[in-house]
Amino acid sequence: MLSEQALTEIARERAKYPEDRAQSALLAALRIAQEDQGFLATEVMDYVAHLLGIEPIRAYEVATFYSMYDLQPVGRHKICVCGSVSCFLRGSDQILAHLEEQLGIKVGETTPDGLFTLREVECLGACLGAPMMQVGDRYYENLTKDRVDSILAALREGGDDVG
Amino acid sequence: MWVNGVTLQNRGLEDSHRLAVYEASSGYRTLREVLLRPVAPEQIITEMKKSGLRGRGGAGFPTGLKWSFMPKGVTGTKYLLCNADEGEPGTCKDRDIMRYDPHRLIEGMLIGAYAMGARAGYIYIRGEFVEPIHIVEAALAEAYEAGLLGNHILGTGFSFDLHVHRGAGAYICGEETALMESIEGKKGQPRFKPPFPASYGLYGQPTTINNVETFASVPDIISKGGDWFLHLGKPNNGGTKIFSVTGHVQRPGNYEVPMGTPFKDLLAMAGGLFPERKLKAVIPGGTSTPMVAGEVMMDTTMDYDAISKAGSALGAGSVIVMDDSVCMVKTVERIARFYMHESCGQCTPCREGMGWLWRVMHRIEHGQGREEDLQLLLDVGARIEGRTICALADGGVAPVVSSIRLFRSEYEYHIQHKRCLVTTGAG
Repeated sequence: MLSEQALTEIARERAKYPEDRAQSALLAALRIAQEDQGFLATEVMDYVAHLLGIEPIRAYEVATFYSMYDLQPVGRHKICVCGSVSCFLRGSDQILAHLEEQLGIKVGETTPDGLFTLREVECLGACLGAPMMQVGDRYYENLTKDRVDSILAALREGGDDVG
Repeated sequence: MWVNGVTLQNRGLEDSHRLAVYEASSGYRTLREVLLRPVAPEQIITEMKKSGLRGRGGAGFPTGLKWSFMPKGVTGTKYLLCNADEGEPGTCKDRDIMRYDPHRLIEGMLIGAYAMGARAGYIYIRGEFVEPIHIVEAALAEAYEAGLLGNHILGTGFSFDLHVHRGAGAYICGEETALMESIEGKKGQPRFKPPFPASYGLYGQPTTINNVETFASVPDIISKGGDWFLHLGKPNNGGTKIFSVTGHVQRPGNYEVPMGTPFKDLLAMAGGLFPERKLKAVIPGGTSTPMVAGEVMMDTTMDYDAISKAGSALGAGSVIVMDDSVCMVKTVERIARFYMHESCGQCTPCREGMGWLWRVMHRIEHGQGREEDLQLLLDVGARIEGRTICALADGGVAPVVSSIRLFRSEYEYHIQHKRCLVTTGAG
């Protein structure tokens, strides 16, 4: 069900923990499976649990508890705008409204072309660079509407990691 | 003034995250000294106690004392954990230590592991911190390659394995026992204490856990002595501390200054307020600490005792500055949303109470406030405080109660006029 590369990565994570503590690798294994499959369908969670030799319920519990797991399909670029207090004080609401306008969707939605999912999230720990957002693995800080526009343009042109 | 001299001392160096650069600036020299001379483990704990270093993650527990709680002569593995689940709104210092000086953190953990007899450890980094995760993992690989981690470190009888454990999005995992549950591959729900981690921690084994900044302070404390560190600050408030200054200042940033530095000097370092603005309020230690009125802060110094006297707590040193353009109701509504979102759901007063606080704040902010709402907020707060397993709920009550106490008239205006008293800025 998962790619060879994903299985290798999961094996590497598994090796970090004691022999009898396979469940410790569950957070990592779910993340790797999600990166491989796009989101965590029930079959994917079942498969991860099987790989680690644990009950599927353990995988469901973790996948529903932590905010970074997606149980439904998301766009190619998941845009997470921080809305916690330090970002709020520096205008994160305006950045979020601008993104809604530019993408033509509301928070929580995905664009019809499947390119972008827009979310508002709680503190991402980059308060010095407020307002900020995360797209994929990368943080974008000290946002202005112009900078958001150029980031969106670069992502639309096919980049995955744009400056 | 002595600025950025301990955990941020290498931040300006090119490639400061690389082993070669760290070693060129005396890095791992303390570890070599400790292991090769060798220094007795008890001697290290004595120096740590002398230094006055208190946990930099927010609770401020004396580090040397915590280290002394680790039992001796137990069977099985003892663990040493690093809490890098930085998530308290306003806090962003550990991210910089990990990005710019990961080896200082690793050396601090190695010295700690040697002092406490820990055989294995994990650095728990929040999952969103992909860049710091990659940097710390690369630093760990360099350290293994150089014989600084693994079996028989530097040819001695001391062995220690260290890995990164990535979080997956949950503020509560910054609570130490929730973090241990999370490393065990479970939901991050805090454990009831006692037993404390020193007797029953990760996998039920003796465990010590410290914050990134705490560990990164260790190499210099051991090389220069506990007294040296203590005297950088003031009694009971030893050393330096990173303050992350955010919000309405012209140069938001991490400033590592001696404990006891006047707030007004810190504010000036951060570029001061914007032109024509007045200081309204400050949250001195992250959103879980009570708000302090601007004029009180201007007469306060930045240390545990002084901030406590001002009615708040130093927390993680996350200084959130608010000028007179903010609407307090809207700001606190936003803070309340955080705690509602992050409650793990285990204790009823928190699971239900955080939602109550946010919903009442939300209706006041949106012109549907009722006359009895302020009393309701205070009542709900009083029924939550002290009735939960961990400190999250108390942290969620603090901003609501403290802001009503300081800015009651602003709340009343909102309720009576269905709109905001402040008409400019973010509010």
